Amino acid sequence: MGMTMTQKILAAAAGLSEVKAGQLIEADLDLVLGNDITTPVAVNVMEGLENKKVFDRNKIALVMDHFIPNKDIKSAENCKCCRDFAREHGITNYFDVGQMGIEHALLPEQGLVVAGDCVIGADSHTCTYGALGAFSTGVGSTDMAAGMATGKAWFKVPSAIRFNLKGSLPPFVSGKDVILHIIGMIGVDGALYRSMEFVGEGVAALSMDDRFTIANMAIEAGGKNGIFPVDEKTKEYMKAHSERSFRVFEADSDAVYDEEYTIDLSSLKSTVACPHLPGNTKTIDEIEAEHIEIDQVVIGSCTNGRISDLRAAAEIISRGQVSKGVRCIIIPATQKIYLQALEEGLLKTFVEAGAIVSTPTCGPCLGGYMGILAAGERCVSTTNRNFVGRMGHVDSEVYLASPAVAAMSALKGYIAAPAQS
Amino acid sequence: MKAKGKVFLYGDNVDTDVIIPARYLNIQDKKELASHAMEDIDKDFASRVKPGDLVVAGKNFGCGSSREHAPLVLKEAGVGCVIAETFARIFYRNAINIGLPIIECPEAAGKIEAGDELEVDFDTGRITDLTKGTSFTGQAFPEFMQKLIESGGLVPYINSGTKG
Repeated sequence: MGMTMTQKILAAAAGLSEVKAGQLIEADLDLVLGNDITTPVAVNVMEGLENKKVFDRNKIALVMDHFIPNKDIKSAENCKCCRDFAREHGITNYFDVGQMGIEHALLPEQGLVVAGDCVIGADSHTCTYGALGAFSTGVGSTDMAAGMATGKAWFKVPSAIRFNLKGSLPPFVSGKDVILHIIGMIGVDGALYRSMEFVGEGVAALSMDDRFTIANMAIEAGGKNGIFPVDEKTKEYMKAHSERSFRVFEADSDAVYDEEYTIDLSSLKSTVACPHLPGNTKTIDEIEAEHIEIDQVVIGSCTNGRISDLRAAAEIISRGQVSKGVRCIIIPATQKIYLQALEEGLLKTFVEAGAIVSTPTCGPCLGGYMGILAAGERCVSTTNRNFVGRMGHVDSEVYLASPAVAAMSALKGYIAAPAQS
Repeated sequence: MKAKGKVFLYGDNVDTDVIIPARYLNIQDKKELASHAMEDIDKDFASRVKPGDLVVAGKNFGCGSSREHAPLVLKEAGVGCVIAETFARIFYRNAINIGLPIIECPEAAGKIEAGDELEVDFDTGRITDLTKGTSFTGQAFPEFMQKLIESGGLVPYINSGTKG
């Protein structure tokens, strides 16, 4: 029986010629990732291990991105714990204020993940790197600690759902709309324990940034990973960002999938996930008709803080001013993206329109800081979760959308469809 | 190995942001963290839960973030076992790794009510609703997983193996 793309990578990482769905394997890891929230817990776990040494100081990435620049004393202590650990173990890929970015935008940009890699990260959105043709998945801090100590992790080999993409996206419709559409269709547990493999001629028309956004939210459908085939765009991206050699894996032609869906990209509309689940989706025309007024807009995060997201937002925001009474917070995902946006004049556009621009941080996405909502407040956000209390008070509301929808909503003061000026 | 206690009942898609809101993730002290368990959907949970009590829920329990703080606060609060129709995969992994017993049992999840007295036998996967006099069979733990949970999680389990 043939293997899926994910199964092939896992088989290679486990040193096996073949694996089957459901099989338990132990795989070698190419990278172990942690952030300022999950690493201190893992450091504590490592203290309890008899072998306290890291397996390879070059294959661990520690990114301070959630509550930094330190939002309070406890967060400062957590970052200090990570910093001390990195120093003690000589971790080469330690990213602090000045070098950091939001981890899932930063690692591909730094060339730390390439096609064929097997990666775990103590952050649920580690599935982002599937865009590069790597297997990557989120784990907890104990798995992270075991991974740092041994360079290995156990996995149950997942079965897969195949998404055949065809056509190309209409103007103002992006990767975010594709993944919100899919989650709305299959539900927040529609891909539970499974791989989401995106294939078909429609993939070629998707930018790398769109692919990162789509793979990033596989977890919001319950998926173990989301993954794209490696094509010319992937290779170009990797060559521009990494010196590491990559390995291209392809699904066998007789690979078996639990389910298959065909999605015509040209038929998709801008899509918004309403409170309080990412699967609670509506198309933009349905939601615009409801005239939902907003208090805040957030454009950024590991889902949508990349340069093409900022360009899409700036194109719309340049047409006017942020609506009175709306707070518009824009967060480039990495230092490099920040600088690029500065050089392209995007940041000037945002500030002149009455938006603010923050240093890279996960802050508001998870209700940490930099844009917390009060009771009764409503936010349109390009982030990935809209659970109860996710961005602040339990009685606040988050609507998930693309950068274009978020930008248009910032100008209008209600959730609005992006359109030509 | 058994767990026995009263049931706290919740619905589908209980996410890690309500199990332990991110605003508390800078807290390292387990007791202090556990005092905020479930507070965004059940503010009395932490004050009412007693050692051995059980959480019963619907589909996709623990969806969302990878924070290990989520199973940790339930364990620290005294929860003896979580029974759900299905679990989100990272929560499932984390719960096992830190030694919080969990059982998938779609049948039980639909029929048990809040406040029922429940007994769970991990050797057989048998779930008995002592209040209603009904019983269900969930997935039993394989032996290695029972040992892992008995020894308190993955770390003591790995260490005991190294020693042995």
